[in-house]
Amino acid sequence: MRPFSYVSAPDLPAALDAVAAGARPLGGGTNLVDLMRADVERPEALVDVTALPLAGVDELPDGGLRIGATVRNSHLAADKRVRSRYPVLAQSVLAGASGQLRNMATVGGNLLQRTRCPYLRDHAVGCNKREPGSGCAALDGVHRGAAVLGTSEHCIAAHPSDMAVALAALDAVVEVQSVRGTRRIPFCELHRPPGATPHVETTLAPDELITAVELPAAPLARNSHYRKVRDRASFAFALVSVAAALEVRDGRVAEVRLALGGVATTPWRAREAEAVLLGAPATEETFRRAAAAELEPAAPRPDNAFKVELVQRTIVATLRQLAGGRLAEGGAA
Amino acid sequence: MIPVKLRVNGTTELLDLDPRVSLLDALREHLGLTGTKKGCDQGACGACTVLVDGERIAACLALAVQYAERDITTIEGVGQPGRLHPLQEAFVREDAFQCGFCTSGQICSALGMLAEHRAGMPSVVTPDVSAEDIPLTEAEIKERMSGNLCRCGAYEGIVDAIEAVAGEGVR
Repeated sequence: MRPFSYVSAPDLPAALDAVAAGARPLGGGTNLVDLMRADVERPEALVDVTALPLAGVDELPDGGLRIGATVRNSHLAADKRVRSRYPVLAQSVLAGASGQLRNMATVGGNLLQRTRCPYLRDHAVGCNKREPGSGCAALDGVHRGAAVLGTSEHCIAAHPSDMAVALAALDAVVEVQSVRGTRRIPFCELHRPPGATPHVETTLAPDELITAVELPAAPLARNSHYRKVRDRASFAFALVSVAAALEVRDGRVAEVRLALGGVATTPWRAREAEAVLLGAPATEETFRRAAAAELEPAAPRPDNAFKVELVQRTIVATLRQLAGGRLAEGGAA
Repeated sequence: MIPVKLRVNGTTELLDLDPRVSLLDALREHLGLTGTKKGCDQGACGACTVLVDGERIAACLALAVQYAERDITTIEGVGQPGRLHPLQEAFVREDAFQCGFCTSGQICSALGMLAEHRAGMPSVVTPDVSAEDIPLTEAEIKERMSGNLCRCGAYEGIVDAIEAVAGEGVR
Protein backbone atom coordinates (compact mmCIF):
# COMPACT_ATOMS: atom_id res chain seq x y z
CA MET A 1 0.00 0.00 0.00
CA ARG A 2 1.24 3.48 -0.84
CA PRO A 3 1.87 5.92 2.01
CA PHE A 4 -0.87 8.38 2.94
CA SER A 5 -1.58 10.86 5.70
CA TYR A 6 -4.41 10.21 8.14
CA VAL A 7 -6.47 12.58 10.24
CA SER A 8 -9.67 11.98 12.16
CA ALA A 9 -11.98 14.97 11.68
CA PRO A 10 -13.28 16.24 15.05
CA ASP A 11 -16.18 18.14 13.49
CA LEU A 12 -17.90 18.73 10.15
CA PRO A 13 -16.10 21.98 9.22
CA ALA A 14 -12.76 20.24 9.74
CA ALA A 15 -13.91 17.32 7.58
CA LEU A 16 -15.11 19.63 4.80
CA ASP A 17 -11.82 21.56 4.88
CA ALA A 18 -9.88 18.32 4.58
CA VAL A 19 -12.02 17.08 1.67
CA ALA A 20 -11.67 20.47 -0.05
CA ALA A 21 -7.90 20.10 0.32
CA GLY A 22 -8.05 16.75 -1.49
CA ALA A 23 -8.40 14.18 1.31
CA ARG A 24 -10.58 11.14 0.67
CA PRO A 25 -13.28 10.51 3.29
CA LEU A 26 -12.78 7.24 5.17
CA GLY A 27 -15.76 5.46 6.72
CA GLY A 28 -15.57 1.79 7.64
CA GLY A 29 -12.83 1.19 5.08
CA THR A 30 -14.35 -2.08 3.88
CA ASN A 31 -13.98 -1.10 0.22
CA LEU A 32 -11.46 1.76 0.22
CA VAL A 33 -8.79 0.03 2.33
CA ASP A 34 -9.12 -3.13 0.26
CA LEU A 35 -8.71 -1.19 -3.01
CA MET A 36 -5.76 0.78 -1.59
CA ARG A 37 -4.08 -2.51 -0.81
CA ALA A 38 -4.78 -3.59 -4.42
CA ASP A 39 -3.23 -0.30 -5.61
CA VAL A 40 -6.47 0.69 -7.35
CA GLU A 41 -7.18 3.57 -4.98
CA ARG A 42 -4.19 5.83 -4.34
CA PRO A 43 -5.26 8.62 -1.99
CA GLU A 44 -2.47 10.76 -0.58
CA ALA A 45 -4.62 11.79 2.37
CA LEU A 46 -7.51 10.23 4.25
CA VAL A 47 -9.91 12.04 6.53
CA ASP A 48 -11.69 9.70 8.93
CA VAL A 49 -15.31 10.85 9.17
CA THR A 50 -16.52 8.24 11.65
CA ALA A 51 -16.16 10.54 14.68
CA LEU A 52 -18.51 13.13 13.14
CA PRO A 53 -21.98 13.53 14.66
CA LEU A 54 -23.59 11.87 11.61
CA ALA A 55 -24.36 8.47 13.13
CA GLY A 56 -28.02 9.01 13.98
CA VAL A 57 -31.34 8.08 12.37
CA ASP A 58 -33.76 10.94 13.04
CA GLU A 59 -37.43 11.61 12.42
CA LEU A 60 -38.39 14.11 9.73
CA PRO A 61 -41.45 16.34 10.24
CA ASP A 62 -43.34 14.61 7.38
CA GLY A 63 -42.92 11.14 8.90
CA GLY A 64 -39.84 10.29 6.90
CA LEU A 65 -36.37 9.50 8.26
CA ARG A 66 -33.01 11.22 8.02
CA ILE A 67 -30.12 8.76 8.06
CA GLY A 68 -26.72 10.17 8.96
CA ALA A 69 -23.94 9.30 6.52
CA THR A 70 -21.86 7.47 9.12
CA VAL A 71 -24.67 5.25 10.41
CA ARG A 72 -23.27 1.73 10.21
CA ASN A 73 -25.12 -0.57 7.86
CA SER A 74 -26.01 -2.95 10.70
CA HIS A 75 -27.41 -0.13 12.85
CA LEU A 76 -29.57 1.02 9.94
CA ALA A 77 -30.95 -2.48 9.44
CA ALA A 78 -31.61 -2.85 13.17
CA ASP A 79 -33.54 0.42 13.46
CA LYS A 80 -37.15 -0.41 14.35
CA ARG A 81 -38.55 2.52 12.35
CA VAL A 82 -36.66 1.39 9.25
CA ARG A 83 -37.80 -2.20 9.75
CA SER A 84 -41.48 -1.31 10.06
CA ARG A 85 -41.78 1.66 7.67
CA TYR A 86 -39.23 0.65 5.02
CA PRO A 87 -38.73 -3.14 5.28
CA VAL A 88 -37.23 -3.16 1.77
CA LEU A 89 -34.35 -1.04 3.06
CA ALA A 90 -33.63 -3.22 6.10
CA GLN A 91 -33.79 -6.34 3.92
CA SER A 92 -31.48 -4.89 1.27
CA VAL A 93 -28.85 -3.98 3.86
CA LEU A 94 -29.09 -7.41 5.49
CA ALA A 95 -28.72 -9.05 2.07
CA GLY A 96 -25.33 -7.44 1.58
CA ALA A 97 -21.88 -8.52 2.79
CA SER A 98 -21.47 -10.23 6.19
CA GLY A 99 -22.25 -9.39 9.80
CA GLN A 100 -18.67 -8.20 10.34
CA LEU A 101 -18.66 -5.91 7.30
CA ARG A 102 -22.12 -4.49 8.02
CA ASN A 103 -20.83 -3.46 11.46
CA MET A 104 -18.04 -1.48 9.77
CA ALA A 105 -19.56 -0.11 6.57
CA THR A 106 -21.24 3.29 6.66
CA VAL A 107 -24.24 4.47 4.66
CA GLY A 108 -22.20 7.10 2.81
CA GLY A 109 -19.43 4.63 2.04
CA ASN A 110 -21.90 2.03 0.82
CA LEU A 111 -23.16 4.50 -1.79
CA LEU A 112 -19.63 5.24 -3.02
CA GLN A 113 -18.33 1.66 -3.13
CA ARG A 114 -16.72 0.57 -6.38
CA THR A 115 -17.82 -2.18 -8.71
CA ARG A 116 -16.74 -5.78 -8.12
CA CYS A 117 -16.01 -6.32 -11.81
CA PRO A 118 -12.78 -8.36 -11.48
CA TYR A 119 -10.93 -6.18 -13.97
CA LEU A 120 -11.07 -3.12 -11.71
CA ARG A 121 -8.34 -4.73 -9.62
CA ASP A 122 -6.54 -6.66 -12.37
CA HIS A 123 -3.59 -4.48 -13.35
CA ALA A 124 -2.61 -6.89 -16.14
CA VAL A 125 -5.45 -5.83 -18.42
CA GLY A 126 -7.44 -2.76 -19.36
CA CYS A 127 -10.17 -1.19 -17.25
CA ASN A 128 -11.52 2.24 -18.09
CA LYS A 129 -12.57 2.77 -14.49
CA ARG A 130 -9.10 2.09 -13.12
CA GLU A 131 -7.10 3.61 -16.00
CA PRO A 132 -9.18 5.82 -18.32
CA GLY A 133 -8.53 4.95 -21.96
CA SER A 134 -7.06 1.51 -21.22
CA GLY A 135 -10.09 -0.36 -22.57
CA CYS A 136 -12.65 -2.72 -21.07
CA ALA A 137 -11.42 -6.27 -20.62
CA ALA A 138 -14.86 -7.39 -19.48
CA LEU A 139 -16.47 -6.93 -22.91
CA ASP A 140 -14.82 -10.09 -24.25
CA GLY A 141 -13.62 -11.46 -20.94
CA VAL A 142 -15.22 -12.65 -17.72
CA HIS A 143 -18.52 -10.78 -17.64
CA ARG A 144 -21.03 -13.17 -16.12
CA GLY A 145 -21.63 -10.69 -13.31
CA ALA A 146 -21.71 -7.61 -15.51
CA ALA A 147 -24.57 -5.24 -16.24
CA VAL A 148 -27.08 -5.46 -19.09
CA LEU A 149 -28.67 -2.03 -18.59
CA GLY A 150 -26.98 1.38 -18.70
CA THR A 151 -23.82 -0.02 -20.26
CA SER A 152 -21.55 1.57 -22.84
CA GLU A 153 -18.81 0.32 -25.15
CA HIS A 154 -16.38 1.60 -22.51
CA CYS A 155 -17.71 -0.20 -19.43
CA ILE A 156 -20.27 -2.84 -18.46
CA ALA A 157 -19.49 -3.07 -14.75
CA ALA A 158 -22.50 -3.64 -12.48
CA HIS A 159 -23.12 -1.41 -9.49
CA PRO A 160 -22.62 -3.67 -6.47
CA SER A 161 -24.72 -2.13 -3.70
CA ASP A 162 -27.89 -3.76 -2.39
CA MET A 163 -28.81 -0.85 -0.13
CA ALA A 164 -28.66 1.59 -3.05
CA VAL A 165 -31.29 -0.40 -4.94
CA ALA A 166 -33.77 0.05 -2.10
CA LEU A 167 -32.90 3.75 -1.82
CA ALA A 168 -33.53 4.17 -5.55
CA ALA A 169 -36.99 2.65 -5.12
CA LEU A 170 -37.76 4.81 -2.08
CA ASP A 171 -37.12 8.19 -3.78
CA ALA A 172 -34.39 8.95 -1.27
CA VAL A 173 -32.59 12.29 -1.30
CA VAL A 174 -28.85 12.55 -0.70
CA GLU A 175 -27.60 15.54 1.27
CA VAL A 176 -24.05 16.59 0.44
CA GLN A 177 -22.01 19.37 1.97
CA SER A 178 -18.85 21.21 1.04
CA VAL A 179 -17.10 24.37 2.13
CA ARG A 180 -19.30 26.03 -0.53
CA GLY A 181 -22.59 24.97 1.05
CA THR A 182 -25.22 22.24 1.11
CA ARG A 183 -26.84 20.48 -1.83
CA ARG A 184 -29.64 17.91 -2.05
CA ILE A 185 -29.48 15.33 -4.82
CA PRO A 186 -32.39 13.07 -5.84
CA PHE A 187 -31.04 9.56 -5.30
CA CYS A 188 -31.29 8.51 -8.93
CA GLU A 189 -29.11 11.47 -9.94
CA LEU A 190 -26.23 10.55 -7.63
CA HIS A 191 -24.73 7.77 -9.73
CA ARG A 192 -23.66 8.27 -13.35
CA PRO A 193 -23.86 5.67 -16.09
CA PRO A 194 -20.40 4.97 -17.57
CA GLY A 195 -20.83 6.57 -20.99
CA ALA A 196 -17.42 7.58 -22.30
CA THR A 197 -16.08 8.33 -18.80
CA PRO A 198 -16.57 5.21 -16.66
CA HIS A 199 -14.14 6.49 -14.03
CA VAL A 200 -16.56 9.34 -13.17
CA GLU A 201 -19.05 7.37 -11.13
CA THR A 202 -21.10 10.02 -9.36
CA THR A 203 -22.29 13.60 -9.76
CA LEU A 204 -20.45 14.65 -6.58
CA ALA A 205 -17.89 17.43 -6.92
CA PRO A 206 -14.44 16.52 -5.60
CA ASP A 207 -14.92 18.69 -2.51
CA GLU A 208 -18.33 17.31 -1.56
CA LEU A 209 -19.06 14.97 1.34
CA ILE A 210 -22.23 12.92 1.71
CA THR A 211 -23.69 13.91 5.08
CA ALA A 212 -27.13 12.27 5.11
CA VAL A 213 -29.72 10.30 3.18
CA GLU A 214 -33.34 11.31 3.62
CA LEU A 215 -36.28 9.00 3.14
CA PRO A 216 -39.55 10.74 2.37
CA ALA A 217 -42.63 9.44 4.13
CA ALA A 218 -44.05 6.56 2.10
CA PRO A 219 -46.98 4.60 3.56
CA LEU A 220 -46.68 2.43 0.46
CA ALA A 221 -43.24 1.27 1.62
CA ARG A 222 -44.73 -0.71 4.51
CA ASN A 223 -45.64 -3.24 1.83
CA SER A 224 -42.19 -3.51 0.29
CA HIS A 225 -39.63 -6.23 -0.25
CA TYR A 226 -36.05 -6.81 -1.44
CA ARG A 227 -35.41 -10.03 -3.32
CA LYS A 228 -31.85 -11.00 -4.19
CA VAL A 229 -30.69 -13.89 -6.37
CA ARG A 230 -27.08 -14.97 -6.02
CA ASP A 231 -24.76 -17.90 -6.66
CA ARG A 232 -24.70 -18.96 -3.01
CA ALA A 233 -27.26 -18.41 -0.28
CA SER A 234 -25.34 -15.75 1.63
CA PHE A 235 -22.37 -13.35 1.53
CA ALA A 236 -22.30 -12.94 -2.26
CA PHE A 237 -23.04 -10.09 -4.62
CA ALA A 238 -26.30 -10.13 -6.53
CA LEU A 239 -26.70 -11.75 -9.90
CA VAL A 240 -29.99 -9.86 -9.99
CA SER A 241 -32.04 -8.16 -7.32
CA VAL A 242 -35.36 -6.37 -7.07
CA ALA A 243 -36.56 -3.73 -4.61
CA ALA A 244 -40.29 -3.14 -4.82
CA ALA A 245 -43.17 -1.49 -3.00
CA LEU A 246 -46.72 -2.07 -4.14
CA GLU A 247 -50.25 -1.04 -3.34
CA VAL A 248 -53.14 -2.82 -5.00
CA ARG A 249 -56.62 -1.30 -4.78
CA ASP A 250 -59.73 -2.83 -6.34
CA GLY A 251 -57.60 -5.27 -8.29
CA ARG A 252 -55.46 -2.58 -9.86
CA VAL A 253 -51.96 -1.28 -9.19
CA ALA A 254 -52.63 1.95 -7.31
CA GLU A 255 -49.00 2.74 -6.52
CA VAL A 256 -45.68 1.08 -7.22
CA ARG A 257 -41.93 1.62 -6.81
CA LEU A 258 -39.50 -0.71 -8.53
CA ALA A 259 -35.71 -0.74 -8.72
CA LEU A 260 -33.19 -3.31 -9.93
CA GLY A 261 -29.72 -4.38 -8.81
CA GLY A 262 -27.01 -6.59 -10.29
CA VAL A 263 -28.19 -5.87 -13.81
CA ALA A 264 -27.27 -2.23 -14.29
CA THR A 265 -24.29 0.12 -14.13
CA THR A 266 -26.13 2.26 -11.56
CA PRO A 267 -28.83 1.51 -8.98
CA TRP A 268 -31.62 1.18 -11.53
CA ARG A 269 -35.04 2.71 -11.00
CA ALA A 270 -37.39 0.74 -13.29
CA ARG A 271 -39.54 3.60 -14.56
CA GLU A 272 -40.59 1.84 -17.78
CA ALA A 273 -41.97 -1.05 -15.75
CA GLU A 274 -43.67 1.32 -13.31
CA ALA A 275 -45.41 3.08 -16.21
CA VAL A 276 -46.83 -0.23 -17.43
CA LEU A 277 -47.91 -1.27 -13.94
CA LEU A 278 -49.58 1.91 -12.75
CA GLY A 279 -53.36 1.61 -13.02
CA ALA A 280 -53.20 -1.77 -14.73
CA PRO A 281 -54.89 -4.92 -13.37
CA ALA A 282 -52.67 -6.56 -10.75
CA THR A 283 -52.11 -9.77 -12.65
CA GLU A 284 -49.10 -11.87 -13.48
CA GLU A 285 -49.63 -10.95 -17.10
CA THR A 286 -49.28 -7.25 -16.22
CA PHE A 287 -46.19 -7.98 -14.11
CA ARG A 288 -44.60 -9.88 -17.00
CA ARG A 289 -45.35 -7.10 -19.49
CA ALA A 290 -43.88 -4.52 -17.13
CA ALA A 291 -40.71 -6.55 -16.62
CA ALA A 292 -40.34 -7.07 -20.37
CA ALA A 293 -40.74 -3.32 -21.02
CA GLU A 294 -37.95 -2.51 -18.58
CA LEU A 295 -35.56 -5.03 -20.09
CA GLU A 296 -36.36 -4.14 -23.69
CA PRO A 297 -33.18 -2.02 -24.09
CA ALA A 298 -30.99 -4.66 -22.39
CA ALA A 299 -27.61 -5.17 -24.06
CA PRO A 300 -26.27 -8.47 -22.72
CA ARG A 301 -22.95 -10.11 -23.53
CA PRO A 302 -22.78 -13.88 -24.12
CA ASP A 303 -22.13 -14.90 -20.51
CA ASN A 304 -24.56 -12.56 -18.75
CA ALA A 305 -27.49 -12.95 -21.14
CA PHE A 306 -29.18 -15.17 -18.54
CA LYS A 307 -29.71 -12.08 -16.38
CA VAL A 308 -32.26 -10.65 -18.79
CA GLU A 309 -34.67 -13.53 -18.17
CA LEU A 310 -33.68 -14.04 -14.53
CA VAL A 311 -34.40 -10.45 -13.51
CA GLN A 312 -37.77 -10.47 -15.28
CA ARG A 313 -38.78 -13.59 -13.37
CA THR A 314 -37.53 -12.01 -10.15
CA ILE A 315 -39.56 -8.87 -10.79
CA VAL A 316 -42.71 -10.96 -11.33
CA ALA A 317 -42.05 -13.08 -8.24
CA THR A 318 -41.47 -10.02 -6.05
CA LEU A 319 -44.60 -8.23 -7.25
CA ARG A 320 -46.66 -11.40 -6.86
CA GLN A 321 -45.49 -11.73 -3.28
CA LEU A 322 -46.33 -8.09 -2.51
CA ALA A 323 -49.76 -8.37 -4.17
CA GLY A 324 -50.48 -11.36 -1.95
CA GLY A 325 -54.18 -12.14 -1.79
CA ARG A 326 -55.04 -9.07 -3.85
CA LEU A 327 -53.80 -10.55 -7.11
CA ALA A 328 -56.63 -10.02 -9.60
CA GLU A 329 -58.64 -12.87 -11.17
CA GLY A 330 -56.81 -14.77 -13.87
CA GLY A 331 -53.60 -13.79 -12.16
CA ALA A 332 -52.24 -17.18 -11.28
CA ALA A 333 -49.81 -18.49 -13.86
CA MET B 1 4.00 7.54 12.43
CA ILE B 2 0.99 8.21 14.63
CA PRO B 3 0.78 7.50 18.37
CA VAL B 4 -2.19 5.17 18.94
CA LYS B 5 -3.61 3.99 22.26
CA LEU B 6 -5.08 0.54 21.66
CA ARG B 7 -7.15 -0.97 24.48
CA VAL B 8 -6.99 -4.72 23.93
CA ASN B 9 -8.48 -7.28 26.32
CA GLY B 10 -8.61 -4.64 29.05
CA THR B 11 -5.00 -3.51 28.70
CA THR B 12 -4.04 -0.18 27.13
CA GLU B 13 -1.01 -0.28 24.84
CA LEU B 14 0.65 2.79 23.34
CA LEU B 15 1.92 2.10 19.83
CA ASP B 16 3.59 4.26 17.20
CA LEU B 17 1.93 3.19 13.96
CA ASP B 18 2.15 3.93 10.26
CA PRO B 19 -1.47 4.68 9.29
CA ARG B 20 -1.26 1.80 6.79
CA VAL B 21 -1.10 -0.79 9.58
CA SER B 22 -4.31 -2.78 9.84
CA LEU B 23 -5.81 -3.58 13.21
CA LEU B 24 -5.04 -7.21 12.41
CA ASP B 25 -1.33 -6.54 11.88
CA ALA B 26 -1.20 -4.28 14.95
CA LEU B 27 -2.59 -7.14 17.05
CA ARG B 28 -0.41 -9.86 15.57
CA GLU B 29 2.86 -8.12 14.70
CA HIS B 30 3.00 -5.28 17.22
CA LEU B 31 1.27 -6.80 20.25
CA GLY B 32 2.09 -10.48 19.65
CA LEU B 33 -1.55 -11.54 19.89
CA THR B 34 -1.41 -14.22 17.22
CA GLY B 35 -4.69 -15.88 18.12
CA THR B 36 -6.40 -13.64 15.58
CA LYS B 37 -5.62 -15.11 12.16
CA LYS B 38 -4.89 -13.62 8.75
CA GLY B 39 -6.70 -15.61 6.07
CA CYS B 40 -7.67 -13.69 2.95
CA ASP B 41 -6.69 -10.20 4.20
CA GLN B 42 -9.61 -8.79 2.20
CA GLY B 43 -12.65 -9.22 4.41
CA ALA B 44 -13.94 -12.37 2.76
CA CYS B 45 -13.05 -15.21 5.18
CA GLY B 46 -13.70 -13.96 8.72
CA ALA B 47 -10.54 -15.50 10.25
CA CYS B 48 -9.52 -12.06 11.58
CA THR B 49 -12.82 -11.35 13.38
CA VAL B 50 -12.43 -9.46 16.65
CA LEU B 51 -14.91 -7.60 18.87
CA VAL B 52 -14.84 -3.80 19.13
CA ASP B 53 -17.09 -2.43 21.86
CA GLY B 54 -18.83 -5.80 21.66
CA GLU B 55 -19.42 -5.68 17.90
CA ARG B 56 -17.70 -8.06 15.52
CA ILE B 57 -15.57 -6.61 12.74
CA ALA B 58 -13.01 -7.82 10.18
CA ALA B 59 -9.69 -6.60 11.60
CA CYS B 60 -7.93 -6.98 8.24
CA LEU B 61 -9.91 -4.12 6.64
CA ALA B 62 -9.69 -1.93 9.72
CA LEU B 63 -6.91 0.65 9.93
CA ALA B 64 -5.57 0.43 13.48
CA VAL B 65 -5.51 4.24 13.82
CA GLN B 66 -9.31 4.22 13.51
CA TYR B 67 -9.72 2.05 16.59
CA ALA B 68 -7.83 4.07 19.21
CA GLU B 69 -9.37 4.02 22.69
CA ARG B 70 -12.05 1.49 21.76
CA ASP B 71 -12.58 -1.75 23.68
CA ILE B 72 -11.03 -4.47 21.52
CA THR B 73 -11.48 -8.13 22.45
CA THR B 74 -9.49 -10.88 20.76
CA ILE B 75 -9.68 -14.62 21.32
CA GLU B 76 -6.99 -14.25 24.00
CA GLY B 77 -9.44 -12.09 25.95
CA VAL B 78 -12.35 -14.49 25.45
CA GLY B 79 -10.72 -17.37 27.31
CA GLN B 80 -7.44 -19.03 28.15
CA PRO B 81 -6.35 -22.66 28.66
CA GLY B 82 -7.74 -23.75 32.00
CA ARG B 83 -10.50 -21.16 31.95
CA LEU B 84 -12.15 -21.52 28.58
CA HIS B 85 -15.22 -19.54 27.65
CA PRO B 86 -18.36 -21.72 27.52
CA LEU B 87 -18.43 -21.25 23.73
CA GLN B 88 -14.84 -22.49 23.45
CA GLU B 89 -15.78 -25.53 25.55
CA ALA B 90 -18.76 -26.11 23.27
CA PHE B 91 -16.50 -25.95 20.19
CA VAL B 92 -14.32 -28.70 21.72
CA ARG B 93 -17.33 -30.78 22.79
CA GLU B 94 -19.16 -30.48 19.46
CA ASP B 95 -16.13 -31.15 17.23
CA ALA B 96 -16.49 -27.68 15.74
CA PHE B 97 -13.02 -27.51 14.16
CA GLN B 98 -10.40 -29.61 12.46
CA CYS B 99 -7.29 -27.55 11.65
CA GLY B 100 -8.40 -24.71 13.93
CA PHE B 101 -7.26 -21.82 11.74
CA CYS B 102 -10.72 -20.26 11.44
CA THR B 103 -11.76 -21.09 15.01
CA SER B 104 -10.79 -17.89 16.82
CA GLY B 105 -12.65 -15.89 14.18
CA GLN B 106 -15.64 -18.23 14.38
CA ILE B 107 -15.82 -17.83 18.16
CA CYS B 108 -15.43 -14.04 18.20
CA SER B 109 -17.95 -13.79 15.38
CA ALA B 110 -20.43 -16.04 17.18
CA LEU B 111 -20.18 -13.96 20.37
CA GLY B 112 -20.87 -10.79 18.38
CA MET B 113 -23.67 -12.52 16.51
CA LEU B 114 -25.34 -13.69 19.73
CA ALA B 115 -25.18 -10.12 21.08
CA GLU B 116 -26.75 -8.81 17.86
CA HIS B 117 -29.53 -11.35 18.18
CA ARG B 118 -30.15 -10.46 21.84
CA ALA B 119 -30.44 -6.82 20.77
CA GLY B 120 -33.20 -7.78 18.31
CA MET B 121 -31.25 -7.54 15.04
CA PRO B 122 -33.06 -9.31 12.19
CA SER B 123 -31.30 -11.13 9.34
CA VAL B 124 -32.07 -11.60 5.67
CA VAL B 125 -33.74 -14.95 6.40
CA THR B 126 -36.01 -13.47 9.10
CA PRO B 127 -39.53 -13.86 7.63
CA ASP B 128 -40.72 -10.52 9.07
CA VAL B 129 -37.91 -8.00 9.63
CA SER B 130 -40.19 -5.87 11.81
CA ALA B 131 -40.78 -8.74 14.26
CA GLU B 132 -39.95 -8.06 17.92
CA ASP B 133 -38.99 -11.61 18.82
CA ILE B 134 -36.86 -13.52 16.33
CA PRO B 135 -36.13 -17.19 17.17
CA LEU B 136 -32.47 -18.12 16.64
CA THR B 137 -33.14 -21.08 14.36
CA GLU B 138 -30.49 -23.14 12.59
CA ALA B 139 -31.21 -21.17 9.40
CA GLU B 140 -30.70 -17.90 11.29
CA ILE B 141 -27.38 -19.08 12.75
CA LYS B 142 -26.10 -20.19 9.35
CA GLU B 143 -27.06 -16.90 7.70
CA ARG B 144 -25.64 -14.78 10.51
CA MET B 145 -22.36 -16.74 10.50
CA SER B 146 -21.87 -16.60 6.71
CA GLY B 147 -18.96 -14.18 7.09
CA ASN B 148 -16.83 -16.98 8.56
CA LEU B 149 -15.52 -19.65 6.23
CA CYS B 150 -14.24 -23.03 7.40
CA ARG B 151 -12.32 -24.82 4.68
CA CYS B 152 -12.24 -28.03 6.74
CA GLY B 153 -16.03 -27.97 6.55
CA ALA B 154 -16.74 -28.18 10.28
CA TYR B 155 -19.90 -26.16 9.82
CA GLU B 156 -22.28 -28.70 11.38
CA GLY B 157 -20.24 -28.77 14.59
CA ILE B 158 -19.94 -24.98 14.60
CA VAL B 159 -23.72 -24.58 14.37
CA ASP B 160 -24.21 -27.22 17.09
CA ALA B 161 -21.76 -25.45 19.41
CA ILE B 162 -23.42 -22.08 18.91
CA GLU B 163 -26.90 -23.58 19.35
CA ALA B 164 -25.78 -25.22 22.59
CA VAL B 165 -24.58 -22.00 24.22
CA ALA B 166 -27.36 -19.85 22.75
CA GLY B 167 -29.85 -22.08 24.55
CA GLU B 168 -27.97 -21.53 27.82
CA GLY B 169 -28.03 -17.74 27.45
CA VAL B 170 -24.22 -17.57 27.38
CA ARG B 171 -22.58 -14.20 26.67
